[in-house]
Amino acid sequence: MTEALPTLWFVLIAVLWAGYLFLEGFDLGVGMLMKLMARNDTQRRVLLNTVGPVWDGNEVWLVTAVGATFAAFPHWYASLLSALYLPFLVVLLGLIFRAVAFEWRGKRDSDAWRNRWDWAIAIGSFTAAAGIGAALALTTTGLPLDADGNRVGGAFAWATAPAFLGAAAVVLFCLVHAAAFLALKTEGGVRGQADRLFRRLLPLAMVPFVGWALLVQADTGSVVTWLVVVLAVVAFVAAHRSSTAGRDGRAFAALGVGMLALVGSIFGAVFPVVLPSTLDDAFDLTTQNAASSPYTLGLMSVVACFGLPLVLAYQAWTYWVFRRRVSEASIPAAHAITAL
Amino acid sequence: MEALEIARWQFGITTVYHFLMVPLTIGLGLLVAVMQTMWHRTGKDHYLRMTKFWGKLFLINFIMGVATGLVQEFQFGMAWSEYSRFVGDVFGAPLAMEALLAFFVESTFLGLWIFGWGRLPRVIHLLSLWAAVLASVFSAYFILVANSWMQHPVGVEMVDGRPVMVDAWAVFTNNTALVAFPHTVFGALAVAGAFLLGISWYHLWKRRHDGLDTVGPDGAVVVGNGSGSRDTTDHKVWLRSARAGAVVAMIAFAGTGITGDLQGKLMFDQQPMKMAAAEAACHDGTGFSILSVGNLGAQSCDDITAVIEVPGVLSFLANGDFTTEVKGVNTLLPEYQEKYGTTLPDDPMYGERAGTEIDYLPVMEVTYWGFRIMIGFGAIAAGAAAVALWVLRRGTVPESRWLMRLAVFGILAPFGANSAGWIFTEMGRQPFVVAPNPDPSGIDSVFMFTAAAVSPGVSLAELVASLIVLTSVYAVLLVVEVKLLFTYVRGGTASAMPELAHQDEASRPQPDRKDDGDVLAFAY
Ligand code: HDD
Ligand code: HEM
Ligand code: HEM
Repeated sequence: MTEALPTLWFVLIAVLWAGYLFLEGFDLGVGMLMKLMARNDTQRRVLLNTVGPVWDGNEVWLVTAVGATFAAFPHWYASLLSALYLPFLVVLLGLIFRAVAFEWRGKRDSDAWRNRWDWAIAIGSFTAAAGIGAALALTTTGLPLDADGNRVGGAFAWATAPAFLGAAAVVLFCLVHAAAFLALKTEGGVRGQADRLFRRLLPLAMVPFVGWALLVQADTGSVVTWLVVVLAVVAFVAAHRSSTAGRDGRAFAALGVGMLALVGSIFGAVFPVVLPSTLDDAFDLTTQNAASSPYTLGLMSVVACFGLPLVLAYQAWTYWVFRRRVSEASIPAAHAITAL
Repeated sequence: MEALEIARWQFGITTVYHFLMVPLTIGLGLLVAVMQTMWHRTGKDHYLRMTKFWGKLFLINFIMGVATGLVQEFQFGMAWSEYSRFVGDVFGAPLAMEALLAFFVESTFLGLWIFGWGRLPRVIHLLSLWAAVLASVFSAYFILVANSWMQHPVGVEMVDGRPVMVDAWAVFTNNTALVAFPHTVFGALAVAGAFLLGISWYHLWKRRHDGLDTVGPDGAVVVGNGSGSRDTTDHKVWLRSARAGAVVAMIAFAGTGITGDLQGKLMFDQQPMKMAAAEAACHDGTGFSILSVGNLGAQSCDDITAVIEVPGVLSFLANGDFTTEVKGVNTLLPEYQEKYGTTLPDDPMYGERAGTEIDYLPVMEVTYWGFRIMIGFGAIAAGAAAVALWVLRRGTVPESRWLMRLAVFGILAPFGANSAGWIFTEMGRQPFVVAPNPDPSGIDSVFMFTAAAVSPGVSLAELVASLIVLTSVYAVLLVVEVKLLFTYVRGGTASAMPELAHQDEASRPQPDRKDDGDVLAFAY
């Protein structure tokens, strides 16, 4: 039983990352589309309000994934975060600017003000997606770590092809995912634009993500994980078809399933390694040598056991409360604050 | 400069900064939840306005707490990887629980509250706010459990040179955490109280300044009825807020005093050097120094003289009596050297510092003044609140612009007390990042020198770059936040309820109107 705990936590952390990509994926994408798609201020506010009530809750998936990694695999947490010091700094800056921009953008009635924060949202979303994509790709393909798990090779030792592949994979996924989300959550002009964008972007956009999955499979894949990649590709085709047929909900779900399958295939293939060392296989961090004690893992399992379903329940309820589509007509006028 | 120094500066700056937002989030959140509850129960207009106005300020600040909290979560791994590896087995658990059990509730239900005006049934909307606010209090508990373990490591055994959790109950009911938690929550309420008082004072003053409110022959206020948001209800909003703020500030100070006294008693047992340094107490004795002069930074006790000292008080702080001698720095230093060594071990993890002498005395200027600023600023805020409450008995404030400025400026005092408290707690723990405890309930063999905690693989350049970038971003954001807060404060309740500004009473939309029409009741 206690031997199974690190495996359980490996699965849970994969679930947290997948949940993060699924949920924050579309709000990061919507953030980028603020500058890429929306044509005027009303449209930008439509975009913003589709994710307004939920983006912070989505972001906590990241906080939890990172916190759970610290609790369950402290060596993984320590090695990954210190090796990727600069990429994580960029992620943090992106998330900081994005968060304050959401809240502050409408707090002054001035075009220059709003424009500044729109850029903050767009660029912040982009850097966060790119940095997290790079980090996830690297934790599955490897970093130059020494026997103590510390990075060798300097501040940019991480800047390898898989890092850029992962960054592209997550950024592009977020964009398509956001297009699917907006087609589902908006009405009027924005919806049409999002719909077209989704179909145009989907075939190309998933290439780097699939490429990352194949890269990992080629190294350590099994028959099952190869099949899961195939399943993902089938799901992407189905997503495209559903969208053409005007089934927004199905398209969104199929894309999501495809992404979850890819993440599953990647984590499934690397198991039991959580962070390979490119210098020597003996330095690899694995679910065994990076894990906390069985006692801690047991405690955390109990907490996760009732915590995680609860989170899923009330977050699902939030989405239900805010299920109505947002349209340009539903956006109230901006107002200025004047001193008394 | 060395990587270690930069990493420490960065940690200190980012956490002190985070903790500027945190107490306002916790304290003001609780007060806004009470206001909305009052509105819910009485239906009175001024409670609704209070909820909306203070809620707006709460949100502007909240988001900064989120943004800066993210940095905290990552920086243990980024800059303090050796520390994370060492403590991971005990320290990660409360952090993960904080995210899973508190942050999720906080962020999800706050989203429901912000966007739920007019969309959720009233009770559910109110409960959403309570859920979010109580979750932020709960999050404080978890993070303080983590921090308290660094002050007083309990519930672990050493296995292969690392602490391994064996008793979660001991970790989560660490006596250090159980007193630090109420102390911190009271500290947060002190911030919120002064915030309410200072800003409401400004508005009461402005109403007088603009000739709206006047004072009758008996000194009592004659409330005027202005246009838009500046009607008689407006006066109620500010008067109630001011009084509530003053009362909260006073209760909060009493609360910090009582819990702080308990903390002090624990600290004398758990980290005697920290308390001796807080008192600049070089020799064993019973006296509490009110003013000590001399070169506190000299890292040696011999040239410090207590100018004013109250005999017995130190013993009271430590033991609850007036006679027991409390150990001074000069007694403690050799004890620490004997127990934990005079030089850092010759271990590669210490890098160039291996073999250098360990300085067990924290920076005394910081601990001595940190302790006094914490208590002093808290006391000043509470004293001012008492005076304010007395002044407010006639229903308004004097016309003096100078007094108004003082009230607004006074908002800073409890913020200062909070920062000072943390800086004292954390720097007083040096040179340890996990402090050994001579106290029998702690585990003396569990400790870690700060010098060993920093990430070995991270270069000085990376740390310098992040320190500069984070500090400048924080500086810019602080300016924007304060400016925004000022704008909203000056706009009064109409800044949070635009309908008040340009509509007369009859055509005002109902606050909880359902938005199944076209337009959202609230939108970004
Ligand atoms: C006593 C209270 C307290 C203390 C000591 C800390 N925090 Fe904090 N933190 C809060 C109280 C809080 C809060 C009141 O719950 C915040 C402020 C605004 C908010 O969203 O929640 C928060 C936000 C917040 C967030 C963002 C949550 C979100 O996205 O909603 C993170 C990740 C952290 N914190 C992490 C930390 C870490 C790792 C700390 C240790 C160095 C830390 N905080 C110290
Ligand atoms: C939010 C309130 C906090 C403030 C204002 C604060 C402040 C500080 C300061 C000023 C330092 C630097 C001390 C020095 O270098 O001499 C420090 C160090 C540190 N603190 Fe805190 N702290 C806070 C909360 C916490 C919490 C909750 C934790 C852990 C859960 C924590 C963990 C640490 C660690 C690991 C260090 C190591 C770096 C060092 O010793 O320099 N702090 N903190
Ligand atoms: C009579 C008044 C007070 C006493 C005796 C007192 C005592 C203490 C002591 C002994 C500590 C150190 C605990 C440790 O090292 O772990 C502490 C920490 C702290 N104090 Fe105070 N304090 C008082 C008032 C205040 C006030 C008014 C505030 C804020 C408004 C405040 C905020 C803090 C904070 C934020 C900390 C650090 C966190 C913690 O350890 O709880 N204190 N206080």
